[in-house]
Amino acid sequence: MADTKAAEMKVKVVTEPSLMTGAVPTHDWWDVEAIFKPGNYCYPAKKSIAEYHGKNLPGLFGEPRDWDIESDDWALPENWKEIIINGIKERLDKFRSLKIFMDCCVRCGACADKCHFFLGTGDPKNMPVLRAELFRSVYRNDFTTAGKILGQIAGARPMTFKVLKEWFMYFYQCTECRRCSVFCPYGIDTAEVTMMGRELLHLVGVNTNWILEPAANSNRTGNHLGLQPHTFKENAEFLLDDIEEATGVKLNNLTFNRKGAEVLFIIPSADVFADPGIFTFMGYIMLFEHIGLDYTISTYSSEGGNFGLFTNNQLMKKLNGKMYAEAKRLGVKWILGGECGHMWRVVHQYMNTMNGPADFLEIPKSPITGTVFENAAATRMVHISEFTADLIHQGKLKIDKNRNDNRIVTFHDSCNTSRGMGLLEEPRYIINSVCNNFYEMPENTIREKTFCCGSGTGLNTGEIMDLRMRAGLPRANAVKYVAERHGVNMLANVCAIDRATLLALNQYWNPEVQVCGISELVGNALIMEGEKERETDLRGEPLPGMEG
Amino acid sequence: MRVLKAFIAVVALVLVALVVAQVPGGQSLLGIVLPYLAFAIFLGGFIYKVVYWAKSPVPFRIPTTCGQENSLPFIKQNKLDCPTTKGQVVGRMLLEVLLFRSLFRNTRASIHDGPTLAYGSNKWLWLFALLFHYSFLVIILRHMRLFTDPIAGFVPMLEFADGFLEVGATTIYQSSFILLAAVTFLFLRRVVRPYLRYISLPADYFPLLLIFGIGLSGILMRHVFRVDIVSVKELTMGLVTFSPSIEGQIGAIFFVHIFLVCVLLAYFPFSKLMHLGGVFMSPTRNMANNSRMVRHENPWNDPNIKPHSYASYEDEFRQFMVDADLPVEKQPEPATAEPEAEEAAPTEEPKA
Ligand code: SF4
Ligand code: SF4
Repeated sequence: MADTKAAEMKVKVVTEPSLMTGAVPTHDWWDVEAIFKPGNYCYPAKKSIAEYHGKNLPGLFGEPRDWDIESDDWALPENWKEIIINGIKERLDKFRSLKIFMDCCVRCGACADKCHFFLGTGDPKNMPVLRAELFRSVYRNDFTTAGKILGQIAGARPMTFKVLKEWFMYFYQCTECRRCSVFCPYGIDTAEVTMMGRELLHLVGVNTNWILEPAANSNRTGNHLGLQPHTFKENAEFLLDDIEEATGVKLNNLTFNRKGAEVLFIIPSADVFADPGIFTFMGYIMLFEHIGLDYTISTYSSEGGNFGLFTNNQLMKKLNGKMYAEAKRLGVKWILGGECGHMWRVVHQYMNTMNGPADFLEIPKSPITGTVFENAAATRMVHISEFTADLIHQGKLKIDKNRNDNRIVTFHDSCNTSRGMGLLEEPRYIINSVCNNFYEMPENTIREKTFCCGSGTGLNTGEIMDLRMRAGLPRANAVKYVAERHGVNMLANVCAIDRATLLALNQYWNPEVQVCGISELVGNALIMEGEKERETDLRGEPLPGMEG
Repeated sequence: MRVLKAFIAVVALVLVALVVAQVPGGQSLLGIVLPYLAFAIFLGGFIYKVVYWAKSPVPFRIPTTCGQENSLPFIKQNKLDCPTTKGQVVGRMLLEVLLFRSLFRNTRASIHDGPTLAYGSNKWLWLFALLFHYSFLVIILRHMRLFTDPIAGFVPMLEFADGFLEVGATTIYQSSFILLAAVTFLFLRRVVRPYLRYISLPADYFPLLLIFGIGLSGILMRHVFRVDIVSVKELTMGLVTFSPSIEGQIGAIFFVHIFLVCVLLAYFPFSKLMHLGGVFMSPTRNMANNSRMVRHENPWNDPNIKPHSYASYEDEFRQFMVDADLPVEKQPEPATAEPEAEEAAPTEEPKA
């Protein structure tokens, strides 16, 4: 099914007239209306979900209601424009970034062709500069002298329903990946503008279900799927059998909500139930068994990923607050975090500010190597890649690299960990330590210049599949390059959203390439105490030399 | 259309200057009143804008990290693209401000059959932006000849370095011509490249054309319609010593030049030209990536936003937890009904 669609798409992205294929738009951008049709928008939040958030954070999620995006009546509150304008005012007062990013863009266009959404759709409004202009034009109209006097000539326009529709369309065709900001001479981060835009949309109840429902679940059950504690535990324990089957070792180090453990380990919850995240999870806990780490996992704080990040800073804070609250309740010394992208954006750049100080924790120190993680001295939360790289460097792991010989690996840098944290070399160091075949994708598509999977920030929903496949094209294309050149068959990453979205993306563009977390590769390579002769990897596929 | 508006505006400004220079008192207006006024607007507006920005806090530490973080000792940090200390941040900012580091990264994407995306090197914008800004700076500094008496020591040196050819008795300064060339490039790329034409506003063409007008009138004044340089210097020195007067015959072209400069100054604080100040204050560039090392304070952090509490979580799921051998804080009371959770999310359906 995907094949015929993909074949069509392959031709369409190159031939369809768009700004990417050389066609020149005939209308000024402010004269082009956003038209919603099935497939180009995410469904709005169910009324009950909006109500739930509204109850927890009054006023931030607008009036709960059922509404139809395709219709011209969104059942907005009467004073919706006022709400938006006041909302802008409030945010200008709260965020210097917003003021600077509104005032300083020179429209040099350096960011224009850096956005994967633009590259895949050729839609002018997916150039970061125009995406921000959608907001900036309203800002100019109401908040600048030039805009007030000169109006349209100064690029100002009043807030109208037409503008609101554009906002909804294009602030949800941005994955807040920050790639544009790397290239901007003033560091203008369109992700920041999009985040503000989404906050404002929420104020008038314009939202998407795929973000608000997981956020509601995370709040209530601890994880975005809404797995209740017993189910979460069962799911995780189920994986112990799979580990035993592959290695012959029955792990008994998996505990939940255990007080007094040294380390609280927080993962993106998808790692306990979704393929291929589950293999990453197996890798984590095999590693911990291997080194004898005293750790526990919480069912209450069982979601590392933070869907609040995609809504507003208050919900982000509320969801994130669980991590410290639980660490405190359990009396652990420090927190270790699994492979997740936006979880780490929040942990690295927001957590301590929002929910710190974490003075009830200790400065993280690896009990195995004695390494003190000075770079986490305040937040007291360490990334699993930092932790593992240190173990490998200190020679604490028994590794048989050859077991990954059937994997020809490339590495996808997640937007958040690369551009919002700077975690670039640790994963590479690990891959190179546990695999013999590692090839980098082209230089313009990795590290700080990495391309988004195309479905981050709550866009990995089925209803916009075509859009996602287009937005993921730059990433997929770079994967294809190494697949053709070096026979790459495994796309490794450190992000749960990637493990879900890159899987779909590869099935579409590069069906021969599989997706895995780094810790899965570690798990495969680890020589576990008391293991049987390993014949299969964690996926149950034969190890190299065992195919017969 | 948008180019046209900007073009008309600049031509109109030139005409205004030419006309006003002819009417009685017009020269004093153009040469004395407006320069003071424009400078005051520039200074006041600039400060106002910077203060306006500075009034808003930076609630979160959000540097865009463009290199390896500082983590383990055996992994080399990229100190300039991912700084953790103040000194490193200064280094990053110097690279940004003096050498346009980010623009240097620029690439140009294209799509080909396959589909295949290609990213070619594209340093033209970087090069011409750099040439533009530096030649502008040199020209401003050279003009200090007019505003210092005795002439500041660096001016002759700069003039010597800048002058590359003598035409008759007049030295040709390369900076003037580089400026015009660079402005022309920046203008043409806006007009020629479809996506740039699409994003450009009158406010993007206007300053380029204005600066072109300033540069051209300057060159004309120097090499074609010679103006009386002694009178000009008297006027400019008068301006800085607050005793300005206009003596003798200064050519009309001078008034065009100074009028356009005044317009540029007065326009500056209200326009995108404020990137001159903004580049220093952009949080994605001027912050250290040390948010896990040192706590960053947010003045409006709301302590009332608390996570959904563990207690209410346990209240809702206690029986399940006990049945699944998960530790609980409170043992369930026997024979009571299912605890009612206050904050129950309305759906339980997993939807992988
Ligand atoms: S690179 Fe920066 S200044 Fe240039 S158009 Fe984009 S946002 Fe504006
Ligand atoms: S943040 Fe990413 S998705 Fe959003 S405009 Fe920039 S490059 Fe595009």
